[in-house]
Amino acid sequence: MMTDAKTRIDQTVKSNDVVLYMKGTKAMPQCGFSSRVAGVLNYMGVDFTDVNVLADAEIRQGIKDYSDWPTIPQLYVKGEFVGGCDIITEMTLSGELDALFDKSGIAYDKDAAAKIREANA
Amino acid sequence: MALLASDLEAMIRETLPNARINVDGDDGVHFSAEVIDESFRGLNRVQQQRVVYAALKGKMDGPSGVIHALALTTKAPD
Repeated sequence: MMTDAKTRIDQTVKSNDVVLYMKGTKAMPQCGFSSRVAGVLNYMGVDFTDVNVLADAEIRQGIKDYSDWPTIPQLYVKGEFVGGCDIITEMTLSGELDALFDKSGIAYDKDAAAKIREANA
Repeated sequence: MALLASDLEAMIRETLPNARINVDGDDGVHFSAEVIDESFRGLNRVQQQRVVYAALKGKMDGPSGVIHALALTTKAPD
């Protein structure tokens, strides 16, 4: 039987294409790692749902159990856990994140993604 | 008790005895680690990094965890 937190998380990640569990909100991140991932998604113009784990202690622990991943932020695309800050950063710079969005039918600004790579080349 | 980079390396080494492991960080709570191991071949990054987190046995786990931040890079040897 799924716990309440797990049920809520499952519903959220399966009913929204792109979900970021983060500390703070996309408009006002409260942790550098959350800020970095939210910043990439914002800059790439991705329409994503943000969940502020600081506002809900049950979700804050629950999301770690859900993904078997000990840190926040956590990015989900089409219900699948993609990674945390280090993985999303690597995938952004390698172009793998673009490929994942292409494959998943997620709209984003390809030029913005290329600009991030140029700036970090 | 604060951890040393060498403590992290030893914990990872227990799980991955043949890995190339490079841990930096000297404040006891913020670390960066690069782990290269043959067993990572064919695993995606999430799967690779779960192995490393598991090796750290709860040291990452929220308020009770000792490690506040670990920048982690994992891959199979080239």
